[in-house]
Amino acid sequence: MNVILCLAAIVIKELYRRKDFYVLFVITAVITLMMGSVSFFHEANIVRYVKDICLLLIWISSLVIAIVTTARQIPAERESRTIFPLLAKPVTRGQVVVGKFAGCWLACGLALVVFYLFFGLVSAAKEGHLPLGQYLQAFWLHWATLAVVISMALLGSLVFSAPSANATICFTAVVAIFILGGYLHKLAALQPPLIALLLLLLYFLIPHLEWFYTLRERLVFDHSLIGWDDCLLATAYLAAYAAAFLFAAWLVFRRKTLTT
Amino acid sequence: MKIYPALILALLLAAAFSLATCLQPRALAWTQGRADHLVQVLLGDGRQILASQMFIEADVYFHSGYYPSAFDQAYAPTDARHMTRPVASEPAHAHDAADPDHHEEEEHEKAMSFLGEPRDWLERFGRKFAITAHTHLDHGKAREILPWLRLSADLDPHRIETYTVAAYWLRQDLGKAKEAEAFLREGLNANPASYEILLELGRLYYDNYHDPVRARNLWGAALRRWTQREAGKPTPDLPALGQITVRLAHLEEDDRHYAKAIELLEIALAHNASPHPEALAAQVQALRAKLAHPPAPK
Repeated sequence: MNVILCLAAIVIKELYRRKDFYVLFVITAVITLMMGSVSFFHEANIVRYVKDICLLLIWISSLVIAIVTTARQIPAERESRTIFPLLAKPVTRGQVVVGKFAGCWLACGLALVVFYLFFGLVSAAKEGHLPLGQYLQAFWLHWATLAVVISMALLGSLVFSAPSANATICFTAVVAIFILGGYLHKLAALQPPLIALLLLLLYFLIPHLEWFYTLRERLVFDHSLIGWDDCLLATAYLAAYAAAFLFAAWLVFRRKTLTT
Repeated sequence: MKIYPALILALLLAAAFSLATCLQPRALAWTQGRADHLVQVLLGDGRQILASQMFIEADVYFHSGYYPSAFDQAYAPTDARHMTRPVASEPAHAHDAADPDHHEEEEHEKAMSFLGEPRDWLERFGRKFAITAHTHLDHGKAREILPWLRLSADLDPHRIETYTVAAYWLRQDLGKAKEAEAFLREGLNANPASYEILLELGRLYYDNYHDPVRARNLWGAALRRWTQREAGKPTPDLPALGQITVRLAHLEEDDRHYAKAIELLEIALAHNASPHPEALAAQVQALRAKLAHPPAPK
């Protein structure tokens, strides 16, 4: 456990030394504040479009941080050859995979806390109230979704040749799930049998991250909380996918030749 | 050859200045005859697609997030009438089967039931996170659609519904008659032939400014524009004609011009412009009786 925490701590340090988070946070804050300062028909209490834009930027920023940070972890270790002294210590490859995952996930969690604090402040300043339960649910499920994205990117970093290719493929996959994930079974119904079968397989196999992306609409439009039991079930669902990707990453990494 | 960086810099600056003097009149011509807006210059006709998307976004906000996706387009609302109907929960409009608004609301409710039963356990579970109730923004919240309507009007000033929907909520829900009037007049400048904007402007003068004289002039102009634009069409906009003629007829009746009021209602009857022609026919009969035996002035 200590080994995993040490590896995770290094990743967290890397995140706050790099400029990615700061740049994305400043862009999010500036755009949100600029949009919030626009007056439409001299009506001061219009808030939902600001929340909508802010949450969209937070989702984009968090995905960029998660995928870009994760995609370069193991390739950078291999390129700089620091992976060899690391594995020469009493550290297994499984611990490296879990440590890198934990570091990226915790780092994303820290970034997400800052983003959601800012979002909460803007929202509370405009609306005059802060539905804490909804914010907690949205934050938690957002963070849990990032666990799946991070584990996916970690697996990609062991499969694909370059971090850039991995990041592009991960982004494409996540955006495709957001857009199409919930409609694959409907599309399958309109296709010839073989394609329909493939689409249905895909529908049941992919992690349905779009559910948690659409959860942001509940926050924007002030809808009630989802049940905490559903929240727990969703966490287990996401944890299962994250574990599956991590296990696959370990299987690949276990037999991978590290010399280039 | 010796290179003088200062001279090269001066040459480049002179070239930039000369090109600017050539380009400036051309740049002015790009925006001539249109609203002076950078986005319009940059996007060209593509801004109409964006404007349409902004209007849909306003509709999404109007439904608090419950809206058919790109894959359920058959269920998407085809017009903006549902956005300017009174909220069904208001006592004056609650479940009155004879009310045309109620009928249209029922139709809209049916059209928007795009979710249906979940097809599998995954979809059933996924719906717990999505917005699955069809609601409309209630009083005090309709302001949330305004930014999208403003953007839509900026991108495409010829989209009429943008002005009428925004003005309706500005005056009905937010009590901002002045802003509604300014927005409608902006729309009228861009669309001088629009009977819809004149109809809404007349409503504003009648309901908010309590000025029946101007309202009559505006509805009269709306009727003329409707006749110019719609009378020859195979499928004219009959609901708008019904609203214009009935409202004008009420004004004429209030002024004891019964013959004129009958004439207007008969236009609506002849075009079958009312969802309840029998009620209109009864009204015509009542007006004929008043014409035959005018009531004593109050």
